[in-house]
Amino acid sequence: MASAREPLLAAHGVVKRFGHVQALQGADFTAYAGEVVALIGDNGAGKSTLVNVLSGVLTPDEGEVRLDGVPVRFTGPMDAQRHGVETVYQDLSLAPDLDAAANLYLGRELVRGGLLGRLGVLDRPTMRREAIAAFGELGVELKDVTAPVTTLSGGQRQSVAVARAVAFANKVIFMDEPTAALGVVQRARVLETVRRVADRGICVVLISHNMPEVLSVADRVEVLRLGRRVASFTAADATIEKLVGAMTGSLDEPAQNGNHGATEAEDGR
Amino acid sequence: MSANSQDIKPAAKAPDVPPSDGGRFAIPPWLRRAAGISELWTFVILVALVAFFTIAAPGKFFTQYDLTQIAVNAAIYLVLGVGMTFVIITAGIDLSIGSVLVLAAVAAGEYNIHHGGPASSWGTVAVCVVIALAVGAGWGALQGAVVATGKVPPLIVTLGGLGAALGIAELATGGQDPAGAAATHLQNSLGFGKLAGIPWMVILAAAVTALFGAVLGATRFGSHTLAIGSNPTAVRRAGIPVGRHLIMVYGLMGLLAGLGAVMWLASYGTTSIAGHSTDNLKVITAVVLGGTSLFGGRGSVLGTVIGVFIPAVLTTGLIVIGVQQYWQDVAVGVVLVAAVYIDQMRRKTRERA
Repeated sequence: MASAREPLLAAHGVVKRFGHVQALQGADFTAYAGEVVALIGDNGAGKSTLVNVLSGVLTPDEGEVRLDGVPVRFTGPMDAQRHGVETVYQDLSLAPDLDAAANLYLGRELVRGGLLGRLGVLDRPTMRREAIAAFGELGVELKDVTAPVTTLSGGQRQSVAVARAVAFANKVIFMDEPTAALGVVQRARVLETVRRVADRGICVVLISHNMPEVLSVADRVEVLRLGRRVASFTAADATIEKLVGAMTGSLDEPAQNGNHGATEAEDGR
Repeated sequence: MSANSQDIKPAAKAPDVPPSDGGRFAIPPWLRRAAGISELWTFVILVALVAFFTIAAPGKFFTQYDLTQIAVNAAIYLVLGVGMTFVIITAGIDLSIGSVLVLAAVAAGEYNIHHGGPASSWGTVAVCVVIALAVGAGWGALQGAVVATGKVPPLIVTLGGLGAALGIAELATGGQDPAGAAATHLQNSLGFGKLAGIPWMVILAAAVTALFGAVLGATRFGSHTLAIGSNPTAVRRAGIPVGRHLIMVYGLMGLLAGLGAVMWLASYGTTSIAGHSTDNLKVITAVVLGGTSLFGGRGSVLGTVIGVFIPAVLTTGLIVIGVQQYWQDVAVGVVLVAAVYIDQMRRKTRERA
């Protein structure tokens, strides 16, 4: 069903080398608007490298990335952000001593009008108001947006990081292991949030190790192994066995379904 | 009913948090937040000290002469402390400030000597001021650029800078304080002059403090400074040029060391090449006493103001009550270690929560 649509974000034949190590060996990736797509793979499969390429942290050595059908070459994370592509990092990338509002606007601070603004004087009231609105939209309750982030619980911190991405992304959000550090209740809440964000028409790319979680929240699953995409499933078709098989290579007939990339032999190291 | 729900809150929280004494009492949030402000504690100590000396030496300590003297003595350290606050908030340190002050004073002093000496004109004074500020800012920015590479820790960069700047100053003067380094105009105005009974030194220091206090507290520059000390990776990912910001912060420290040089020349009339080797320790002590975290991310100019005045009040106070003033060094040393210890403890408790 997905293939009828134009992908929102697509990568073809992406190669990235670090010295002698070839982290990505012609990786492909496809994601559509309004879906949650999980990107899974064993340690060292190239997930982080691929996400870093797609989110502008790294520039690929070869290959092409298309956003909305247009080839893009991000010069950095900021450039990606300007194109509406945001990332929620695994470490959340928050400044723990600053409050939630300041973190939400880190690097994009609002300044006052006129001369004061020219001098860089912050418009804290507006930032706080907007922050409360942004958290409210995600159904997140923050008692005090002026409290330093370090005083918040793990789930609340996660919410701040997600809210920041949601507030500024209009196309794609990458989330690296968003629930890894969370308890059961908070995990469910974050996954709910993920779903809600996707329903707004934003594409959420979820990097995760947790197979049941992937199957419960994702619409599709793309599997990386040894720097290539080896399979892509719709969540309805996938089972944990199939996913693990694709990740580890124990099921080595490449054509699962909708598999565009992995036709060559995999011992290209 | 509402009283009931108040009671339930801590009970409901209890399973989450390991049982601690704090959980049993319902401390009002405003009080907890106020207690969390480190400036408040330092301020309490300062007030206690002033009260103690006022009572111990009635009519002697709290005189206008002593207050003015304390403020004038503190003025230069305050200016340096403001810069150091920014540096330490980025989780950095600047050991070189005393040497940079000397270097800037020597540069300005040499120009003054060759352009009229003590009798030089207002124009020369202005050029000297610009030279001192430029030398300080340039040296600081240079150190900041090395720190920004991330290859050498600030402690080492500025330790190297401490030696090098002093060395250059000594090379330029042969190690002797040159005569005629300060113009009489400068000394009579900024050095000894007063406006409505308040020395210009104090007014200048207060203006610098207020200006950069506002910069730290209310502007994007200040917010980025705090954020860099808190989590440099996050700041970099947010697209803020961390390296450029560090160059500006260390440049600001240097600029204020240059201003300190002007103030020193104005009040003492000489470069005092050998007299600034412990400026760095005094200023760092004041900043840390004022609640700025050595680990970065937290701090305020207001705290530094208090931190500067604690040793100043102690010195004057001990002299007034007839105790050897060297006790001041002992007291400040103990309080400093305690301040960092408390900062560490608080950081740990917060992270556990």
